Amino acid sequence: MARITAGVATSHVPAIGAAIDLGKTREEYWQPVFAGYEASRAWEREAKPDVVILVFNDHATSLMLDVVPTFAIGCADSYKPADEGWGPRAVPVVQGHPELAAHIAQSLIIDEFDMTILNEMDVDHGMTVPLSLLFGEVDTWPTRVVPVVVNVTQFPPPSGDRCWRLGEAIARAVASFPEDLNVQVWGTGGMSHQLQGARAGLINREFDNTFLDNLVADPQALRRITHYDYLREAGSEGIELIMWLIMRGALGPNVTQLHRFYHVPASNTAVGHVVLEAA
Amino acid sequence: MSDVTPGLGYNPEDLADIPGTTIFTTASSRRAYHLHRFCHSLGKADAREAFKADEEGYLSNYTMTEEQRVAILARDYNQLIQLGSNFYFLMKLASTDGWSAQRAVSTMSGMSTEDYAAMMIAGGRSPEGNRSIKGKY
Repeated sequence: MARITAGVATSHVPAIGAAIDLGKTREEYWQPVFAGYEASRAWEREAKPDVVILVFNDHATSLMLDVVPTFAIGCADSYKPADEGWGPRAVPVVQGHPELAAHIAQSLIIDEFDMTILNEMDVDHGMTVPLSLLFGEVDTWPTRVVPVVVNVTQFPPPSGDRCWRLGEAIARAVASFPEDLNVQVWGTGGMSHQLQGARAGLINREFDNTFLDNLVADPQALRRITHYDYLREAGSEGIELIMWLIMRGALGPNVTQLHRFYHVPASNTAVGHVVLEAA
Repeated sequence: MSDVTPGLGYNPEDLADIPGTTIFTTASSRRAYHLHRFCHSLGKADAREAFKADEEGYLSNYTMTEEQRVAILARDYNQLIQLGSNFYFLMKLASTDGWSAQRAVSTMSGMSTEDYAAMMIAGGRSPEGNRSIKGKY
């Protein structure tokens, strides 16, 4: 049987990918960011997931606004790094797990989550930056990936509570897949940041750290955070944090926190990262 | 809180009360559809070269409004947001110019790029006083 063994949450700031690709990780500005992931990289080398269900948002890269899926799942064999306006990152092609993805897609739709199926997609920093942060610079990614894509761009995105329930449904889907697979769920994006207008550069340490606390201490409280709360407190792009709740909903009630990291800034953004082991 | 909409958990009108923040809605998405088709097209190297070689000629392929066209040529990101755009799309234009996200975002903040970068290193913009226009908190 496939089983969810752990969850990872991480910001996916594009400038982090650029810092890696341009060899800047040891510079004074970037060194603290990468130091915050060293323990997690060592842990991933031992954890050896067969599949990562990677929850992220496309940043106007593969999805134009001709179709706006609230929730989508990638069922392709593989996903190429995308050209986001400066050429594709020189990182490996991401290998999918089409059989598990198809099983999850089918299970979710029967479970009343109306998923959009993506049979073709290039993947942007929303996916490749988390993979780089957790696996480092490698010739091939050491895991297969099932992408779950969430609309957090065009208002309204799904509610945080809806994301949580999707996570629970993903856990049911994984548990009914017959092959023996070690599966992790990653929620990406956030933490507080705003990329527009006179309030650009907003960072809310208190909101972010309470959010990190409650991933373990009181996850039910996170389900009650509204769109308005996210926009006001965490900035217009901080609403990406709803994607972390898909990860947390998938892990079940009891988790053990293995690692937690918070740093300001990476470019315009507060970087948050946790590793949670499923009970 | 008497005006809270069930299901949402808040009064949708409160979204307009967040300072310096424009919500990118289904309606704005429609208004900026062709502007966004242009931005999205810059995800290919040959398209970027064609745009850089003849910006006005390239833009004539997209049926956006005159205001939107002028704002693109001026790289007026605040104005583009007001005309319905979303920053993730505008970032394709900034990238084509070789700008970092921080530089592009700083142009909307009323600060120089250097001052904005220094504010971020110092911990970013505080939410204090930046939560509510009406409530001034």
